[in-house]
Amino acid sequence: MIDQYVPNASSFAGQIDELILLITAIVGFWWLLAEGVFFWLIIKFNAQEGVKAQYVSGENAKEKRWVSMPHYATLVFDVIIMIFAVKAWQEVKQTMPQADSTVRVIAQQWAWTFVHPGPDNLLDTPDDIRLVDELHVEKGKTYHFELQSRDVLHSFSVPVFRLKQDIVPGRTIRGWFKPTMTGGFDIQCTEICGIGHGFMPARILVHTPEEFQNWQQAKSPAQAALPTPAEQMGGMK
Amino acid sequence: MSTATAEHGHEGQGHDAHGHHEPQNFFLKYFWSTDHKIIGMQYLFTGLAMAVVGGFAVYAFRMQLAFPGMSVPGWGRVTATDYNALVTTHGSVMIFWVAMPVLIAALGNYLIPLMIGCDDMVFPRLNRLSYQLFLLSIVVLFMSFYAQGGGFGGAWTSYPPLAAKAEYNLTPAGAPLWLLAVALEFAAFLLGGINFVTTVMNSRAPGMKMFDIPMVIWMIIIASIMFMASVGPLVAGAVMLFFDQTLGTGFFDPNQGGDPVLWQHLFWFFGHPEVYVVLLPAMGIVAEVVTTFARKKLFAYKTVLYTAVGTGVLGFFVWAHHQFIAGIDPRMANIFSVTTLLISIPVAEMCFVYIATLYGGSIRLTTPMLWALAFIGEFLIGGVTGIFLGASGADIYFHDTYFVIAHFHYTFFPIAFIAVFAAMTYWFPKMFGRYMNEAWGKVHFWGTIIPFNFIFIPLFLLGARGDHRRIYDYTHFPDLMKPGMQDLRILATLALVTLLAFQLVFVVNFFLSMFRGKKAEANPWKANTLEWVAPSPPPHGNFPEGLPNVYRGPYEFSHPDRQEDYWPQNVAS
Repeated sequence: MIDQYVPNASSFAGQIDELILLITAIVGFWWLLAEGVFFWLIIKFNAQEGVKAQYVSGENAKEKRWVSMPHYATLVFDVIIMIFAVKAWQEVKQTMPQADSTVRVIAQQWAWTFVHPGPDNLLDTPDDIRLVDELHVEKGKTYHFELQSRDVLHSFSVPVFRLKQDIVPGRTIRGWFKPTMTGGFDIQCTEICGIGHGFMPARILVHTPEEFQNWQQAKSPAQAALPTPAEQMGGMK
Repeated sequence: MSTATAEHGHEGQGHDAHGHHEPQNFFLKYFWSTDHKIIGMQYLFTGLAMAVVGGFAVYAFRMQLAFPGMSVPGWGRVTATDYNALVTTHGSVMIFWVAMPVLIAALGNYLIPLMIGCDDMVFPRLNRLSYQLFLLSIVVLFMSFYAQGGGFGGAWTSYPPLAAKAEYNLTPAGAPLWLLAVALEFAAFLLGGINFVTTVMNSRAPGMKMFDIPMVIWMIIIASIMFMASVGPLVAGAVMLFFDQTLGTGFFDPNQGGDPVLWQHLFWFFGHPEVYVVLLPAMGIVAEVVTTFARKKLFAYKTVLYTAVGTGVLGFFVWAHHQFIAGIDPRMANIFSVTTLLISIPVAEMCFVYIATLYGGSIRLTTPMLWALAFIGEFLIGGVTGIFLGASGADIYFHDTYFVIAHFHYTFFPIAFIAVFAAMTYWFPKMFGRYMNEAWGKVHFWGTIIPFNFIFIPLFLLGARGDHRRIYDYTHFPDLMKPGMQDLRILATLALVTLLAFQLVFVVNFFLSMFRGKKAEANPWKANTLEWVAPSPPPHGNFPEGLPNVYRGPYEFSHPDRQEDYWPQNVAS
């Protein structure tokens, strides 16, 4: 349902979409039924000349059945939704599968800094790749992320991953994702963070393994320090 | 109609304490009156005037969203700073200065003494003080709009560190003034709440037992108790935040060992019960209007009462569903997801009861009845969409999107406007002694209900497509500018402008009817509760023929033993 408009591009996106579909089916059915009964009663019992309304207190069990039955149904369906909601939640927020790589996300008013571990796959080493407003990842790899803020609350949201997590200054909040689709997608800040809140777009670029290798090669500080062939040519002139 | 009157003991008390004399001059009458009806009306008119402020704010920022960069007629170009300030103003004004004063203070003050059959509130001067404080809070709020640096723009939730430090929010005076205004407003409602509970518990007409109290009064009482129990932590939090802003303390500043998430707990511990604080009186209004115009006894009175109490209690254990992804321990989300989904049970039960009340009725689709029925129909949408957000797994996706906005407007709009219109059209003949024009009332009804759905259904769709909140300009987000998305934003804005335009019909109808409407008798709707015993409009002291005695419950419509289809509470047999 959601994936018609927003592709699901992470390993857990499908599970969240299914949960949303399940809730839609359950509440949609009961909502239509309730509205149907409601409108039917309004039409059926519209005032008619000389017809007096019935006197029903609704206090005895036989009458009360009409509200207590749907009442129990609500409880049963609530429990079903709870089970699936908690399962999806645990998958996204309470498990941390083994990581292939870790990235650091630093939010500030009003930009994102993404620290990629570079060829040695370790953060805080000289070959880290720091980029503003661009996060590069490889399809099929499991990533851990570390969220940090330099000033106020921000929120790291990747709608195609069905992932969202607030960033709290003074803390490092960890989580994970596994991209399953290549392409470029929005990263949004979804917690109001001042007057530039609407100007904090970033992109996540999910590459195939080869593309990712090429990108990493090109961006490694050691490589990036060297002039590109084009620049060398320019220098010769 | 035979009106049984009774001279009894408590007539002298309280009433004489604030004098029988009508205040002499304009100042004394409108600034110093302790008559509950005048105070109630003042709250009503002030609340409605503030709705114009909140409505104008939403008009300005919705225009910016639909047509980015345009010069909005009546405002000019909306800058990013303006945008945040407008969003903040809309949210805080509509909740704190419209829903609260109209649903709790105006209705509570106006209806409680009339419906329980006494001459005034137990603490009339406290009541006056409550309104004066409320007015002061509005003055401070307006000061914040014009303060140096502009009005506060950190959203109505006012999360620190953004709200706490001028270097982040860039409104050094606007932020503390806004917070002060909110705190003053809370103080005003605390005084009102104490008064409501005391009055209902002590000053009921003789013979009115607990289960003879009209449902709207019960709802206001439960709401007042909830408000008083939940507002303490927030006031404490507001003081801490105020110190953070002005004195440089670090309660919520991580650099000084504070915790920003603490504020969120304090805020939502109040903020979520607050939803039920305004919901319950709205539910009460619907009970009164639906029973009167369906000529039916309220289905399962005690069940409604117990579910309201259940909602009140459970309402204190759901607050962290606003914080699932805020950085709280993820295990905690499981507990709050369960409690949140459970609260659907008592709230759904109330809706079922109202639907069941229609069964076997003799339904008259007058303007107040249309509003009351619309409340049930629309609130159901708000209720079921809440399930998506209470389910923690789905909330990861929907959190802070337009889906949330659409959801809570499907609850708050029915509460603060649909139910309030039901109340105003229902009690208008009592307040002013004249009928409102039915035809124009229906024009206003359809002109409000249809655009309302056209505002928020597009927002549900946008939210499902990932549109997130409080964004000044979506053109920077390629995934949010896909084909069709801007069309939905424009549709919502055009529907909003239509809805706002139709409110003029109400304003004109209201004031014209007040002076030119058809004269109304004491009990124009043939209802049972005690306010219809008093003349329309009720004089100072309410019941000139003596305070009524009560013989039965408030909803004895269409009783088989009686010729007439209603049986007023004060009629002996």
